[in-house]
Amino acid sequence: MKARLLYPNMDFDWRWAQLAAAERANRRASIRSRQLPDVDPCAGLPPNAEDLQRDLDLAPLFSAMAQDDDWIFEVSRRVLLEAVQADLEIIWYRQAVLQDCLQQPDVARQLYTLAVEVTEGRRGHHLGVLSRYPDWVLRDALETLMDLLRPLRALHQLVAQYAPCFRAEGWKQFFTTIQVNLSAEYLTEVEGHLHELKFPHGVLLSAELGPAHKGTRYRLHRVPKLRRGLWDWWRDLFEAKPPVYRFELSPRDEAGAQALGELRSRAIASAAEALGQAASHVRDFFAMLRAELAFYIGCLNLHEALTRRGYHTCFPQPAPVSEHRLSFHGLYDVSLALTVDRPVIPNDLHADGKTLLMITGPNSGGKTTFLRSLGIAQLLMQAGAFVPAQSFTASLCSGLFTHFRREEDIRLQSGKFDGELARMSVIVDHLRSGAVLLCNESFSATNEREGSEIARQLIQAVTELGVRVYFVTHFYELARSFYEKGPESACFLRAERLQDGRRTYRILKGEPLATTYGEDVYRRIFGVSCGVSHEETPTRT
Amino acid sequence: MEALTFASPSVLFPLDTPRPTLRVDPPPYFPDLFLHQVVNAITAGREEYDLNSFFYTPLTDVSAVLYRQEVMKDIEDLEVYAQLTAFASAMRTVRENLAHAQKTYYERQQERWFLDAVSTYCDAVLGLTQGLSNTRLRSTGLVAFRNFLLHYTASAQFLRLREEALQLRHLLSSIRYAVRIHGLRVEVRAYAGEEDYSAEITRTFARFRQADVPGYNFLFKDSPEMNHVEAQILDGVATLYPEVFSRLAAFRQVHRAFVDPTIAVFDREAQFYLGYLDYIAPLKQAGLPFCYPHITEASSRIYARQCFDLVLATKLVREGSLPVCNDFALDGPERMLVVTGPNQGGKTTFARSIGQLHHLAALGCPVPGTEAQLYLPDRIFTHFEQGEHPEGVVGKLEDDLLRIREILADATSRSLLIINEIFSSTSLHDALFLSKRIVSAILDLGAPCVWVTFLDELASLNEKTVSMVATVDPHNPEVRTFRIERRPADGLAYAMTLARKHRLTYEMIRERLRP
Repeated sequence: MKARLLYPNMDFDWRWAQLAAAERANRRASIRSRQLPDVDPCAGLPPNAEDLQRDLDLAPLFSAMAQDDDWIFEVSRRVLLEAVQADLEIIWYRQAVLQDCLQQPDVARQLYTLAVEVTEGRRGHHLGVLSRYPDWVLRDALETLMDLLRPLRALHQLVAQYAPCFRAEGWKQFFTTIQVNLSAEYLTEVEGHLHELKFPHGVLLSAELGPAHKGTRYRLHRVPKLRRGLWDWWRDLFEAKPPVYRFELSPRDEAGAQALGELRSRAIASAAEALGQAASHVRDFFAMLRAELAFYIGCLNLHEALTRRGYHTCFPQPAPVSEHRLSFHGLYDVSLALTVDRPVIPNDLHADGKTLLMITGPNSGGKTTFLRSLGIAQLLMQAGAFVPAQSFTASLCSGLFTHFRREEDIRLQSGKFDGELARMSVIVDHLRSGAVLLCNESFSATNEREGSEIARQLIQAVTELGVRVYFVTHFYELARSFYEKGPESACFLRAERLQDGRRTYRILKGEPLATTYGEDVYRRIFGVSCGVSHEETPTRT
Repeated sequence: MEALTFASPSVLFPLDTPRPTLRVDPPPYFPDLFLHQVVNAITAGREEYDLNSFFYTPLTDVSAVLYRQEVMKDIEDLEVYAQLTAFASAMRTVRENLAHAQKTYYERQQERWFLDAVSTYCDAVLGLTQGLSNTRLRSTGLVAFRNFLLHYTASAQFLRLREEALQLRHLLSSIRYAVRIHGLRVEVRAYAGEEDYSAEITRTFARFRQADVPGYNFLFKDSPEMNHVEAQILDGVATLYPEVFSRLAAFRQVHRAFVDPTIAVFDREAQFYLGYLDYIAPLKQAGLPFCYPHITEASSRIYARQCFDLVLATKLVREGSLPVCNDFALDGPERMLVVTGPNQGGKTTFARSIGQLHHLAALGCPVPGTEAQLYLPDRIFTHFEQGEHPEGVVGKLEDDLLRIREILADATSRSLLIINEIFSSTSLHDALFLSKRIVSAILDLGAPCVWVTFLDELASLNEKTVSMVATVDPHNPEVRTFRIERRPADGLAYAMTLARKHRLTYEMIRERLRP
């Protein structure tokens, strides 16, 4: 039984989700646990996941989605970061599933709650050393499965009631699976087995003579039902009965009782194993369900948080890679919107067909925020979610890379430029046609002449290869060199600065200017004039 | 019983040469050459075969060495190797089974252990016979043993043993019995084809399956012993199948001593070869060369190319690196390798490897190197520095000299001498004086010798000495290459390289000072 809500033909790696969530829960409770052996926190993530998370400031976004649920946190993190590469089919598939969730948030949440109850349940995890004993495993599995009958019945109910309200292909498949596999008759059959496995009529086993004449290849059999009919009596009386060898232990023979118990354990071992695994399978089923739902519940949480704050969201229009589309209305940085109380200024852009956005302008003018909002929107779109905008159309990308100026580049004095170049070199290792590269003040660890030249050569080379570059810089030289080549393929943007020096945090089209007004910031912070005040340098023609 | 007309063949000692007396204790040079580490590593896990004395006893007869070299070459063949290893592990099982048969309390169980021992033995012997028949053996030793096997396995005695064991095992393995436990009551009867319940459970819940879940590793007391409940159930099974069980009892009475003595000897002796091959396998895998040395009667020309210290190689390969291999040769009048060079430059290791080479060659083993010609020393003498002496420099010098005197008294022209850093704590003048005396005494004796020293003067004493130098990287004199090269000793070379590194040679200083 599968719940293919994230991929039409593939499971999400729910086992990873389970381990990663456990790991995160431990971390949050600051239990210094050994790293769980099987969790690779980076599984499935692009190699630059760390950079993306940090450069795009994704933490507030993940937290708003998760709302303290570790599964939602980890699954959403992975789904979003994995979305640096995406496929139109899957985006449509997920958008449909998410639309149903937004229509029926209560049902989606009820399903998720069922999965949470089972996966958070205590039973099944803590057998520890007792898992070496078949009796304990069998007993534990029986109790677990008895407990699981309730959520299974609830799932059966929920599906029966709400199936017609869900239209997305992903949902329909899931609901059909449940209706077929969790019928009332099936649940009754399960209950019957659970009763029989308490062995009210003793244990019947068979074995072969192994090495040293010890029993081997033990099997458990069902004890035949007691014969009641006349015919059975007749048979018992007249048919030749197979020879039987009987003995009975003395009640005082403790060693004997123990030996008998051991034999019984061997006999039920295979059944204990089967039932223990069955219990694990049922629990796994709910874990799988939780992992498949987690991202959508995360989206519901995010939607509610943004709506509460009065922000718009929309379902984006993804376009094929080759079209180089990028146009939006009312795009804002969702992480900023979730963390600051003042309203975040939205931006508009029409840059279809451009492979280079060159963003210049004064310090603290909203350039970095703008760059982040582009990256986050691209990720959300490619993950199949809604985006923080009133409308948004963009080409897919085959990889999303960030090269942001780093604290440690500044701290490690020796070789910081070297470090910057090394990071860029790693990125170039992974760049492919159709990728998007977000640069924020790249190469600013060296002087403007050298930095501009390196950046120019880089941009030139990668854009010719079909990589889209969104470059924030205060290097006038760099921006100017592209501007002078002619504005066809590049789009030049500038953070707006009013006459009195105030920033509007709006990013508008405009040619590069020769100063970035750091002085303004200085003045604002220190509240003093610092001598000669610069007026805007007239643009060259 | 058929009389076997063969003299019992041995794969370690040819029939036509007198057997050497096996040493009980290792030769005195073992610690200096680190050979005890080699032997310990080889025999680890093979204690039951008591192989040490084989490795302690170097052969003195060239044809006896060749006999072993041939056998070793045959066993190096992967197929032969696999046959012998499988045979050895089966024979180990036979011994274990028999030990159990001795120990256990219940007679039915003793009978069963015995049967299992016999079956394993028969399979092992037959498997080995067939396996060896399909391989091309070249060595006298293994061919003789294979001939023995062919006769033995065709003997009526062996065939009967095997046939009876097979039948009994077949009969026993076809028994499946059923037991019903209800409270303290137990019923044993024949199995009537009931279905496996756990399979039914697995089927019922299969639909939930998402992935493999780890199986359980249930803890059962896995002693081969039986408790009285098991024994009672076994009695029950025996009453269900009386004929099978009475045949089993008779079988043990008839075939009490079934292991042939020649086979038992072979089982032990083969371990000599397997142990050594297993020991060098990781080194060969890592790409280190091994060769069968050409053994000469005389010591007038001995050499080896690309040889190395086994113990160091084992350690380095385990750590993922390789030792440096070196050549040496003593030809014509040359009798002594004088090894000089910087500390930690690999001199001691080099000297040690030459000693190891000779001991291993005399065992009939392949030795480190791509090519070698060696002789069989009548004795190997070593004198390695043993750390600080409790009685100070004087006591140490005295000990050194006593030891040298002892060596010179016992050594012959057929001995091998390895002298390492003797007199290193004496004054230079004394050391030189003493060394020259002793060197000429050794040269007069005519025995091949390796002399590791810090005294360059010894290296060019006369035409009987060969100078070997431990080298350093010319660009970075702190880096040892561990390469020992045949060339004149030049203590200044090291200092000059350092000077160049710091641009302080005469020319460099002039160059730097030029305006």
